[in-house]
Amino acid sequence: MAAISHADHLEHEHPPEPHFSSRVNPSLLGMFLFIASEIMLFGAFFTAYFFVRVVNGTPWPTPPFHLPVYVAFINTLILVTSSGTIHWALHSIKHGNVFGMRAGLLLTFLMGLTFLITQGIEYSRIGFNTGDGAFATIFFCLTGLHGAHVFVGLTILLFMTIRAFRGHFTPEDHRGVELAGIYWHFVDVMWIVVYMTVYIL
Amino acid sequence: MRNPLRSEAEAFRFLVAVIIGALVIVGAAYLNTWLGVAAAILAVAGIIWWLIQEPIPGAADPAPKLASGTGRGVHRVLVVALPGTESVQVRADATDVVVVVPALASTVQALTGAVDDRRAEAEETANRLAAHIPNARGEVGADDPGLAVEDALRTFGADEIVVSGDDSLVAAVRGRVTIPVSRA
Repeated sequence: MAAISHADHLEHEHPPEPHFSSRVNPSLLGMFLFIASEIMLFGAFFTAYFFVRVVNGTPWPTPPFHLPVYVAFINTLILVTSSGTIHWALHSIKHGNVFGMRAGLLLTFLMGLTFLITQGIEYSRIGFNTGDGAFATIFFCLTGLHGAHVFVGLTILLFMTIRAFRGHFTPEDHRGVELAGIYWHFVDVMWIVVYMTVYIL
Repeated sequence: MRNPLRSEAEAFRFLVAVIIGALVIVGAAYLNTWLGVAAAILAVAGIIWWLIQEPIPGAADPAPKLASGTGRGVHRVLVVALPGTESVQVRADATDVVVVVPALASTVQALTGAVDDRRAEAEETANRLAAHIPNARGEVGADDPGLAVEDALRTFGADEIVVSGDDSLVAAVRGRVTIPVSRA
């Protein structure tokens, strides 16, 4: 009897679950704030791009410089493919395929690293620097800002890959891979916009 | 509106949509600059429309059922009353009573946080009702009565819920819990 009473007591004296009464889910609100901050950050540089190119009518790229469109296109393909591999990694772990998850994460990391190294080589051979006019400044700001996001994504991917090889993820518990995937796709989306506006249009 | 970064699968779909939109814009711009501008406007509008009209996963699912129970000799009652309620009757053997009054607010008030007056009104009702019920205390709840009940049950394991309100309110509370719900 005493044991039953004690059990009843414990049942009602557990710590309260997280309490929230907002109409907006906290995690959803957090993601919206994150997206809003990123949009403002990239938006500031795209605004500068717009003023330099459209309002001021600066030739893009300013002669005699040229942008390595085809190298960047290959880099774009690499980045888009890496989104596919991380999607495969998450799909694999959801179905209990640990090898697929590890291979997907490793391939994603390697392709992201390839993208960043290629961008570094592109910078070194592009023939102009940040001080060579507004065009050059905006070019390096936009692509560099995205490169910084890729670097952050690579850091996250590195930790997730290490964790995957140490057996941390299961079909039921793989939030780390999920969040890394969301961030990586976001970085990819931003690159599509940057590549389209800076290199192609 | 559907959050495009809600999950990895959603983000991947969003990426595919952006790639398709980018291809359309580049293709149109290749033909004519203004066609490209029009394509950009249409692509952005199309993606926004897709995000707005897509149903949110789980939004149509039935509300979660919450339940609780207490030991012998204990009967906990959760009273839900709307602001301005004059009185509520609770069974005499209730050993612990919580009176929760939702701070009803308009959408604009809720979104802007201008709910001080509504909360003060709810607090006044909750304290006044609790003062006339033995072993009772008053609490201010969320601006949605159903949500206020869910919040209250997270820290107060009630055996019974007494609702002071119309049939729709009683039905709304019944739809969210499995414990007995009665109308005051």
